[in-house]
Amino acid sequence: MDRFRMIFQYFQSNSESVMNGICGLLALASVKMYTSFDFSCPCLPQYNVAYGLGIMFVPPVILFLCGLILNRQSLVMLEEWRRPPGHRKKDLAVIRYMCSSIMQRAMVAPVIWIIVTLLDGKCLICAFSGSVDPERFVGFANVSTVQVQQLLAKVPCKDDELMRNNTSRKAVSRYLRCWSQALGWSIFLVLIIAAFLARWLRPCFNQATLLQARHWSNYIDIEQKIFEETCCEHSRLFAHKCILHFFESMRQEIKLHSFSLPREGEGAEGEEDLLQGITDQDQVNKLLKTWYYEKPPLDVSQAHQR
Amino acid sequence: MDKFRMIFQFFQSNQESFMNGICGIMALASTQMYSAFDFNCPCLPHYNLAYGMGILLVPPFILFLLGFVLNNNISMLAEEWRRPQGQRGKDPSVLRYMFCSMAQRAMIAPAVWVSVTLLDGKCITCAFCTSVPLEALGNASHPRLSQGEIQRVLARIPCKEIYNGQQLIANEVAVRYLRCISQALGWCFVLLMTTLAFLVRSLRPCFSQAAFLKSRYWSHYIDIERKLFDETCAEHARCFAKVCIQQFFEGMSTDLVAAHCHLPRKAPADAGEAAEKLLGITDQGTMNMALKSWHRCKPPLHLHPPALPTGNGWAGEGQSPTHASAPRRETAAYYSWV
Repeated sequence: MDRFRMIFQYFQSNSESVMNGICGLLALASVKMYTSFDFSCPCLPQYNVAYGLGIMFVPPVILFLCGLILNRQSLVMLEEWRRPPGHRKKDLAVIRYMCSSIMQRAMVAPVIWIIVTLLDGKCLICAFSGSVDPERFVGFANVSTVQVQQLLAKVPCKDDELMRNNTSRKAVSRYLRCWSQALGWSIFLVLIIAAFLARWLRPCFNQATLLQARHWSNYIDIEQKIFEETCCEHSRLFAHKCILHFFESMRQEIKLHSFSLPREGEGAEGEEDLLQGITDQDQVNKLLKTWYYEKPPLDVSQAHQR
Repeated sequence: MDKFRMIFQFFQSNQESFMNGICGIMALASTQMYSAFDFNCPCLPHYNLAYGMGILLVPPFILFLLGFVLNNNISMLAEEWRRPQGQRGKDPSVLRYMFCSMAQRAMIAPAVWVSVTLLDGKCITCAFCTSVPLEALGNASHPRLSQGEIQRVLARIPCKEIYNGQQLIANEVAVRYLRCISQALGWCFVLLMTTLAFLVRSLRPCFSQAAFLKSRYWSHYIDIERKLFDETCAEHARCFAKVCIQQFFEGMSTDLVAAHCHLPRKAPADAGEAAEKLLGITDQGTMNMALKSWHRCKPPLHLHPPALPTGNGWAGEGQSPTHASAPRRETAAYYSWV
């Protein structure tokens, strides 16, 4: 059981690594969600943009909110922010540190979704196929304006009867995919550079404040966990005492009603103690009925005084 | 016992993560159920809507009820709600907390079913294929048909093999349109649910943190108390059974001694414990009689006090009625097999 205690202690002291683990899982879930999602562009002039951009931006918002909900530390931070000062002052630097670390972790999965979407290209092709310049593509150059919009809107649908063997469709598709992938890689590069700079340059600014903020945010987290554990342990002991007290009071009631002889036998004392003087079917039934109809008060002070 | 206590503590303090685990399993089961289900649109005008909406809404309701059934705490909630007040007051905020936390967990699997159904698109395509806007999407040169005919043709949209309305409206166009609407609804539903969950979780510390801590403590307490009471009763039942059976065997051997006038065989000092455990039954015939008596005539659920020490250990039972005082007789039930 030392093993369980060790695992428990490990998780307690490394809540940061637990959160990093959750962050990674959410990122993997985001990729899995994208690959299992059946993207089907409506190929209609007004609906394409809404659908394409919707698929690109709504799931990241959902993933961001999920990242905030699943992170235990966000609750801890909110509680610390809203609590009355009491005997303990509030340190805004700690709250700011916690907030920024929560936000950074919650942003990973949405960013991954957006990058995967852009690198795949389907969303942008669907959203912007109606906005390309038809003059640049042979198949669409000499078509009337109304019809060209309809045709361009059908570009993302390879199996449509009008688009089945259309080479201009492939040209438009490749063009848009090229833009999409360029955008995807650029965003990825910018974010990586920003992360690198932030991590590398941070020790140059306010390192001491940072160490303090990190220590106290860790402390608040551990303190809350230990408080919850202590409450659980306390309620277990409280319940134990309450039940013993209940059995004891039942035994006394039975003694009062039955005037039984004082027991002198030594042999089965151990078991008799455990039986608490309740040795009869009727007595057991009475005990169970009393437990339901008249639960004992939540007060074990008399048990202590005994 | 330390081992069990540690495991117990681990689960207690991580009771929430245990319940979350069950919740996650039910969500996965819901996804698996959907992919294993063989969706078969009837492709008939009035049946489509009923079938599609039925598949969208009935399984979530079942999953919601299942979420409550599988939750152990539902009986605890019902018990706490219905118990008479007695010496302990009832706190409605504790009941509300227990109900809310159970309902939130039970809502997850139905929400997953509805989202997966909408994102897949088959249900909405089946249910609303007769409501496709023909003026916007239909072919310009479609034959004039009566309303009923149009409905019948449109109802076959989900069944590609029997669809015969290509001149009216292309099958792929209609399916893409309906699926787009369905997926948009699905994502909006997921966004709404996530936003609600986020608001519920983040607004609570801002408003009622102290009351929340109190309700949470006492709801855990009620759970622990119930489990400890069950444990104590089980322990009591074990001791009760042990003493009852011991007294049964003692009673048997006393009666046998009385019936057969056997001298009590004093076991040699070094046979010790084993001889004591035999309780005076040392041959096949006696054992068979004991077993038959156990089956035919179980002893009453009433334990005698332990025998007062006398010179002759076996005859102790015979002497106790003479010592019993009158008030004791009403609770004592002397068992005799003879």
